Amino acid sequence: MLAIHCDKVTKSYGEKVILDGVSLEVPEGKIFGLLGPNGAGKTTLIRIINQITGPDSGSVSFFGEKLSRHHISRVGYLPEERGLYRKMKVGEQALYLAQLKGLSAADARKKLRYWFEKMDIIDWWDKEVQALSKGMAQKVQFIVTVLHEPDLLIFDEPFSGFDPVNANLIKDEILEINQKGTTIMFSTHRMESVEALCENIALVNQSQVILQSPLRALKESYRSNAWVVEWFGESLPSQWPQDVELVDYEFLGGRYTIQFRIHSQSAVSNLVSVLMAQGTLFGLQEKLPSLQDIFIERVTNKTNG
Amino acid sequence: MDKILLIIKREYLSRVRKKSFLLLTIVGPILFALLMLAPSLMMLLPQSEKAIVVLDQPNLMDRHKGSDELQFQYANPSTYTVEDLKQMLRDNEDLYAALYIPSGESWDPDYISSNVVFFARGDISMQVESYVRDYLQKQITDEKLKVLGVDPLVIAGAKTSVKLRTIDISKTVETETHAGPKMIVGMVSGFILYFFIFIYGSMVMRSVIEEKTNRIVEVIISSVRPFQLLLGKILGVAMVGLTQFGIWVVLTMLLVFGVSFLLLPSLMDPEVIASSGGMVEDNGMAEALLSGLDFAAMINIPLVVGCFVYYFLFGYILYGALLAAVGSAVDSETDAQQFVLPVSIPLILSIIVLMRVINDPDSSLVVIMSYIPFTSPVLMMARLPFGVAPWELLLSMFFLLLTTVFFVWISGRIYRTGILMYGKKPTFKELYKWLFYQE
Repeated sequence: MLAIHCDKVTKSYGEKVILDGVSLEVPEGKIFGLLGPNGAGKTTLIRIINQITGPDSGSVSFFGEKLSRHHISRVGYLPEERGLYRKMKVGEQALYLAQLKGLSAADARKKLRYWFEKMDIIDWWDKEVQALSKGMAQKVQFIVTVLHEPDLLIFDEPFSGFDPVNANLIKDEILEINQKGTTIMFSTHRMESVEALCENIALVNQSQVILQSPLRALKESYRSNAWVVEWFGESLPSQWPQDVELVDYEFLGGRYTIQFRIHSQSAVSNLVSVLMAQGTLFGLQEKLPSLQDIFIERVTNKTNG
Repeated sequence: MDKILLIIKREYLSRVRKKSFLLLTIVGPILFALLMLAPSLMMLLPQSEKAIVVLDQPNLMDRHKGSDELQFQYANPSTYTVEDLKQMLRDNEDLYAALYIPSGESWDPDYISSNVVFFARGDISMQVESYVRDYLQKQITDEKLKVLGVDPLVIAGAKTSVKLRTIDISKTVETETHAGPKMIVGMVSGFILYFFIFIYGSMVMRSVIEEKTNRIVEVIISSVRPFQLLLGKILGVAMVGLTQFGIWVVLTMLLVFGVSFLLLPSLMDPEVIASSGGMVEDNGMAEALLSGLDFAAMINIPLVVGCFVYYFLFGYILYGALLAAVGSAVDSETDAQQFVLPVSIPLILSIIVLMRVINDPDSSLVVIMSYIPFTSPVLMMARLPFGVAPWELLLSMFFLLLTTVFFVWISGRIYRTGILMYGKKPTFKELYKWLFYQE
């Protein structure tokens, strides 16, 4: 089933078109990446899914039902622009936000205790938010986002502003929640930050979805036969097997890093035997294009074509 | 609905728990009470007597001793000169001033009246000056009449004091009207309403700006509709205002009556009041107190308080909603100023017109503005003690209600777009466009 299905969603503010016939399919239980540069329309799309704003035309369905107000408690949303009331106590504030999501006070208190202990911030319960470090505040925001155990979690630029330690901690928590069956949706312009996490992605540019695919299939389709080899020997072999093309090499840190273009599967094993005969082979890997590369190629192709 | 209640609760508690709220709520009535009791308390203070040395050549003053505040000492005209008089004042720090009344050569009253001189160190208080002038005028007038052969007794007998009563015939039962106290009640409630609307209206605006600048607003509106947040906020703050008003009313009453009873138990004794009969001026406190009680009987306090609550509530919601829309559109309080002024002009205008109520509570300007929703809260409160026909009151209330509902709706539309807009200073034109954005 699809967690989210957007069908030809259009949104404009005055003359300005923000979303132009966007269709999107987010599979249930997966981690989905909504990627694209700033100003592409990601945040507006997410706000539509969160019912902060509504589409001018087109439709959105949520786990098979037409998106409506009662779905709000089944979504957890960590916006890009996030903050807390500075003069309110941490625990009180978390309770308030949890209750706004529809939890009862008692239930919210119980769950908050669990999470505050898990994240090791229980001592901060009675502190005012303004006394918290940025990292602490972000932990609180994260907890409040996931507390009501929603079916869909949406993170807009999730790792911006987190220090590496906290970013990893949050990442692990998100993966753990995903393991339990929650659909996760990331939205970011820093594609490399979520590349390793997402199973499915959609690329958004200039108000439109220009590409939507499972990540692996996408990378397969964009393979360029580029391979990287790490090898050590007296000198580079003078002859290469058939279908193997030397692109570039450099000698660094006591070994060669060699770039090839290899045009057939058999050529790969031939190359391996040549390299192993004449030196020590440390590694051989197909170089798949990064999302960033694919995105840039798509965008330039589109504008060129 | 539950969510609005949650928001109201948070908005209410976060303010009521503040130390500044507690302080203002408790200090406020003390200030009010002091203000109301000030005139009476002043009379309790010992008066410092001002000594004035007089060189009275024509013996016009008739050795008059002075009043509570003034004490005249007389220098013998046959031994002292004007120069001696001035020297006396220089030498004696206890003397407040010196008064020289020359006789001239002919003892002509007109000559005397235009040649009286005050010598003083610095300025003479207005009170002293007018006391002396009035006294001399009376003496000289008597003198002149005597010269014309009129018996002072005849003059005394001819003196008449007119007691003017105003009877209001517009009521079925004719009642005596008292413009003074009514004016005070009208002015005070108009002013308090003005401040309440301003203070609590800008409280809403600041709160909206705060939520926008610390970026919590998007988290919240992913749980509730922007309009719910706006409404919850406005109502929560309204309850803070009503709480404060309620506490003030109760505390002020307790304080005024408490202080009166504690400080002056003897004055409340009916016998003392009765015996003081003719010499009311010696018993200012009792009179002030009695007039205060009179006051309460004269004005329909439940009506005034009820209308105050209504006009505060809707006037505040009207301005609060507009100011919330302003707050949502800007990124900081400084940016808000350019919009706050146009929004609050009607309110400021109503406080200017409020002054006219003193002269003429039924002037057509005041009456018309007490119907117009943006100015009606302050001005209707000011008119109320003078008597307003029920249909007028209901009409004004109805207009206010309609306008408030309409502008809350308008503000809601600006608000829901504004809170998500960062980094640009909007213009009125832009705000107007936001009205028509689809949700």
